Amino acid sequence: MDAIILQIMNGLDKGSAYALIALGLTLIFGTLGVVNFAHGALFMIGAFCAVTISRILALSHQIIDESKTDFLGNPLKVDVPYVYEWFGSNVGDAIIDWAVPISIVFTIPVMIFLGVIMERGLIKYFYKRPHADQILVTFGLAIVLQEIIKYFFGANPIPTPAPSAFVGSFDFGALVGFDTNQIIYPYWRLVYFLFSAIVIAAVFAFLQFTTFGMVVRAGMADRETVGLLGINIDRKFTIMFGLAAAVAGLAGVMYTPINSPNYHMGMDFLVLSFVVVVVGGMGSLPGAVLAGFLLGVLQSFASMAVIIDLIPGINQVIIYLVAIIILLTRPRGLMGQKGVMED
Amino acid sequence: MFGLNQKDGQLILIIAILVFLAPFLLNPFPVESELAQFNAGYPDLMQRFIIFGIFAIGFNILFGLTGYLSFGHAAFLGVGSYSAVWMFKLLSMNIIPAVILAVLVSGVFALVIGYISLRRSGIYFSILTLAFAQMSFALAYSVLTPITGGETGLQLALDDPRILGQQITEQGNIPVPSLFGLEMRDSMDVVIGPWLFTFNVGYYVCAIIMMISFYIAVRIFRSPFGMMLRAIKSNQQRVNYTGLYSRPYMLAAFVVSGMYAGLAGGLMAAMDPLAGAERMFWTASGEVVLMTILGGAGTLIGPVLGAGMIKYMENIISKINETILHEWFRWMPDGIEDLVVTLIYPFIGKGWHLTLGIIFMVVVIFLPGGLVEGGQRIMRLFRRRSKSRNTTNSSDTFDSAS
Repeated sequence: MDAIILQIMNGLDKGSAYALIALGLTLIFGTLGVVNFAHGALFMIGAFCAVTISRILALSHQIIDESKTDFLGNPLKVDVPYVYEWFGSNVGDAIIDWAVPISIVFTIPVMIFLGVIMERGLIKYFYKRPHADQILVTFGLAIVLQEIIKYFFGANPIPTPAPSAFVGSFDFGALVGFDTNQIIYPYWRLVYFLFSAIVIAAVFAFLQFTTFGMVVRAGMADRETVGLLGINIDRKFTIMFGLAAAVAGLAGVMYTPINSPNYHMGMDFLVLSFVVVVVGGMGSLPGAVLAGFLLGVLQSFASMAVIIDLIPGINQVIIYLVAIIILLTRPRGLMGQKGVMED
Repeated sequence: MFGLNQKDGQLILIIAILVFLAPFLLNPFPVESELAQFNAGYPDLMQRFIIFGIFAIGFNILFGLTGYLSFGHAAFLGVGSYSAVWMFKLLSMNIIPAVILAVLVSGVFALVIGYISLRRSGIYFSILTLAFAQMSFALAYSVLTPITGGETGLQLALDDPRILGQQITEQGNIPVPSLFGLEMRDSMDVVIGPWLFTFNVGYYVCAIIMMISFYIAVRIFRSPFGMMLRAIKSNQQRVNYTGLYSRPYMLAAFVVSGMYAGLAGGLMAAMDPLAGAERMFWTASGEVVLMTILGGAGTLIGPVLGAGMIKYMENIISKINETILHEWFRWMPDGIEDLVVTLIYPFIGKGWHLTLGIIFMVVVIFLPGGLVEGGQRIMRLFRRRSKSRNTTNSSDTFDSAS
């Protein structure tokens, strides 16, 4: 029992990343009808936003500290981050420590801006072109974005630690009444899961309870009629593209402490996220979220030693296997609707 | 000639001449000159041109004719490589059985994957093929290690049986792949003045096989079967409503195209007898898509052009480094020289992927027909100019022509 709970919890953080990326993909597909292969790159850029912000916050300059001397008796040069000078050393420390959560604030506008530029500058011209062309051009864009990041940040993963308050693990089993030391779970993964749950809830609330969201949903159902009613649906969809980019970016920011970002992390996630979208049903937002968590949990179950002994190699292929089975038995995916991408 | 119309016959003839004279054509610069690094006439690269050309021709039979975008074609290449290397291990170092087995095994593999994947179309088909390829990659990397060699890849060993051929050479080495005694890596250097030309056995074997497969591709393009595939591309629903069952045609196209990929994989192993799982990774599948689109999907010559161009860029651009750039722009004033070098630097050497991505995007955005369409547009431009020059007196014909 405790082993099962542990695997479920292990699957949740990866599942959250899948769900967030798949949600963004589905938003773009549902609104604009574009298959965006550059979405993984947006996830990666979000992660590198966190890297950049934490570097900026840790910017320092050298001053000569008279109180300390090195072994020759000369005054020692020490690096003092600017934030220490501006806010004092306690607050400064906290700011540097909390760099990853702080970068959320900066990432959202950056990603929205990037998304809007992408849509206006490139994707706009591809609405009338076949899906294959859309896949290809965004695939090219993903290569370009990824190479730009590689040029500036290098090819090696850049470790970006979580705030020290969330470093380490806690005993989840003891909290819910199992034996101690049976279910150990890292804090940050729990934070990641909660964070993504909040983001997902926020996106759904935004679509469900605001006028803007209502118009967007109407546009998803019938774009032409909404346009005829005198609503500039194109602009709303552009904003939705920005929003989807921001969701991917946020997923990336918060993922940095779990997995040090490198320039090809986006592509690694993209392939799986596409599988997730297709399993969930093309164009179905709840389907994407459900399939994201489901596949994340399934993947972590398949990595259990017992199961690997039973069917060797299953942990490598489980997601694809499930995708193949679902596509063949339920061609529209788990929650796909009729008439979406049927051609 | 060979059941081709005049135009196709000419095309094949031109390509054959180009391919067989390639060691000359690709080495236009003398060895000692500064431009020698642009020479592509060394055997390794020329073999890759040809092999990826075959791969792209096969991919084009599926994507160019039917419009089904497979994102998992590298799986067949990998399977072909593995089966060829196994043939070298078990039977003999002759490449004929290896290549034949590579084609057959990848054909069977394509039959299974195609049968399942072709139940869906559009993006679902792409994802299904991608899923199968990634699955093969993951399995080859982990569980199937006894068959595939896992992370280190499949290599030949001294104690392999090789029941029909020689197990160990007299010098005690592993024998090299050969065609009835003609070793693949044998080459002949010809020095003419300052130029050096290399003629490699492996290259010419590949070239002959490519000409045969190109000929088959042309016949497929012109056959009723090819017409049927085009009909599926333009409107599959209408084909179905006409009472034609399209799936067997699709499956046949998929299998043929998988066999081409297997042939390419087998040749790859024949040139260099090892096989690794990374040949099946999805970026490798992406690469063949890039080649086909870059050259021009659905055209005969396009994929070969695209494959050549990408492989050329990969090898030549990635070799340029900062000192070479400084060498080139030495004639500029110092400040401007540094500026130009800094501007170009991100696009060369390790950054050649960036160049590739940009070129690819530009092609997809402005030239959906690829390089072939670009060539046609330029040709049309010239023709129109010369035509308008002939009819300058009547301006109205000029208007209608433009």
